[in-house]
Amino acid sequence: MAFRTPTENLAWLYFQYLLVTGLYVLEPWEKSIFNSVLLSVAAMAGYTSYVFVPVHLRLALRFFSDVFGGQAESAVALVS
Amino acid sequence: MTESSSNKLLNGDACQRSSKDKKSGKNGFVKNHCLFQQPQKYRRLREKNHNVVRNPSLYNKPFVESFEETPLLVAVLTYMGYGILTIFGYLRDFMRHWNIEKCSVAREREAQKDFVPLYQDFENFYTRNLYTRIRDNWNRPLCGVPGSKMDLVEQVSYDYNRTFQNTGKIMRNVINMGSYNYLGFAENVGKCADAAIEVTKKYGAGICGTRCEMGNLDIHEEMEELVARFLGVESALTFGMGFATNSMNIPALTGKGCLILSDELNHASLVLGARLSGSTIRVFKHNNMVSLEKLLRDAIVHGQPRTHRPWKKLLIVVEGIYSMEGSIVRLPEVIALKKRYKAFLYLDEAHSIGALGPNGKGVVDYFGLDPKDVDIMMGTFTKSFGAAGGYIGGSAELIEYLRSHSHSAIYATSMPPPVAQQIITSMTTIMGEDGTTLGADRLRQLSENTTYFRRKLREMGFIIYGNDDSPVVPMMLYMPAKIGAFGREMLQRNIGTVVVGFPATPIIESRARFCVSASHTRETLNTALEAISEVGDLLHLKYSRYQPTVTPGMGWMSEESYLQD
Ligand SMILES: Cc1ncc(COP(=O)(O)O)c(C=O)c1O
Repeated sequence: MAFRTPTENLAWLYFQYLLVTGLYVLEPWEKSIFNSVLLSVAAMAGYTSYVFVPVHLRLALRFFSDVFGGQAESAVALVS
Repeated sequence: MTESSSNKLLNGDACQRSSKDKKSGKNGFVKNHCLFQQPQKYRRLREKNHNVVRNPSLYNKPFVESFEETPLLVAVLTYMGYGILTIFGYLRDFMRHWNIEKCSVAREREAQKDFVPLYQDFENFYTRNLYTRIRDNWNRPLCGVPGSKMDLVEQVSYDYNRTFQNTGKIMRNVINMGSYNYLGFAENVGKCADAAIEVTKKYGAGICGTRCEMGNLDIHEEMEELVARFLGVESALTFGMGFATNSMNIPALTGKGCLILSDELNHASLVLGARLSGSTIRVFKHNNMVSLEKLLRDAIVHGQPRTHRPWKKLLIVVEGIYSMEGSIVRLPEVIALKKRYKAFLYLDEAHSIGALGPNGKGVVDYFGLDPKDVDIMMGTFTKSFGAAGGYIGGSAELIEYLRSHSHSAIYATSMPPPVAQQIITSMTTIMGEDGTTLGADRLRQLSENTTYFRRKLREMGFIIYGNDDSPVVPMMLYMPAKIGAFGREMLQRNIGTVVVGFPATPIIESRARFCVSASHTRETLNTALEAISEVGDLLHLKYSRYQPTVTPGMGWMSEESYLQD
């Protein structure tokens, strides 16, 4: 299907979402409940990852650099 | 749901052997006289199994039938859709229970609160919370003849399908893709209608008596003679209702101590008849001859349960064309099995009579077989003949027996004369006995339309079930929301279709079912196809992953058939 405008494209995507999830047959208030629940879950997941993922990444990075980098250094020290 | 568990039961003991036996299973079950061959998960391997002609020497033409496997992603999404709808169903039930929402459907009465609940099972839940939401697709009032075009009464619902109101408008010339009007005899003008009017003037609208009492007219006898001649059987008996033909005659034929082997997708009337008869019923997988043979062997080897006496009769019950799958029964193989194991065969030709075969004489004609090989030929006049009622054809002995023993022959009022005349006129037209080629033209038109329509849909990339020659064309929709959306979108484009959901099909295999008719012209079909393609793009229905040009292989041509042993 050829779409002219991005809005049409978005409308089609939303329609597909309605069909696949079965929201198409629900009443408007049920749709909004489902959408709000889904949105809030997604928002929470997004926020959680925004807050915690950098911390975890930093910790992981430090851990691995300790494991590999640190070891090499001490080994060098021993040899010398 | 129930299906998967029964599958498990059937396959349970055979699963381990699957990989080893799969190769030999194609035909080996007769060669090494072994049971439990070809264990298979029915749904998953269906595509492969059904495309294969297992005993090609029995067929006089290629037998191509396809059931493309459900794409995994689609299946997962479908279940997810049902899951979401079920959650909202529970929410609504909860609200109804606490009177937050007004309940508009049947519910337990206050006075019977502590009795066994009546509206608690899954079917009720489904009707209340899923079916009602898309109910506008079914039970539409119609004004006029449902020929190739029809007029529908326009309805709106302001309360989400709880109630409907007529707007007073009529939707004119809606293309009818839903009626079982295979040969286009559903007309209110023309030869058949004129003849029926003449007969009404002569005999009146009906005789309120049974065939055994006052209701027997010469027109009935004439019709039965004609039906017998049409079918190529010795004698025939007709009834005023197709459903009762099945449900009342099977009990007359079998009883306690008999075994009925029934296809799993048999029509409700056959199921009812089998249950009423009091015989033991065993169900074989749809059109699966391996499964049927296994049941036959088991029946003969083990006899009746506990007593181990032999079964009094074995009756195989199959249909000609299955109206939900669009598949054609593997009649040559069924007949071979029936002869080999000395069983009787009951063939319901409701959809195939008139619609199949070079002379329109049903599956027997389609495969070029002898009608005498089928013990009980049953069919209805409701579909191809544009009338109502059913018949049973067979040997003169059988018919005499049924005439005096079948409930629907003894107790039911006889067929109204105008209906009988419609049958006579349409049947003589099909047979060409009226001196015209009108019948032959219609048959040719139907088969051309069928081939064209099926080919086009397949080329567009839809998943189409069934045999290439079957005028019933099921197109898979799968997701629950798409059932509603498809029906509505098609009707907006002025095309009436039938969409089918759960109780009639397995829960994930919702479909739209088109019925091709001889009254459809090429332009009508093209208009319909264009709309279907458009809606298919809109709803994302073109699931098929197969190249349309590939014809399924005939790789087992060289294998010997079990008739040759
Ligand atoms: C296979 C089969 N048998 C019997 C019947 C019942 O026929 P009737 O509608 O004439 O009662 C039908 C009708 O839908 C059918 O599909």
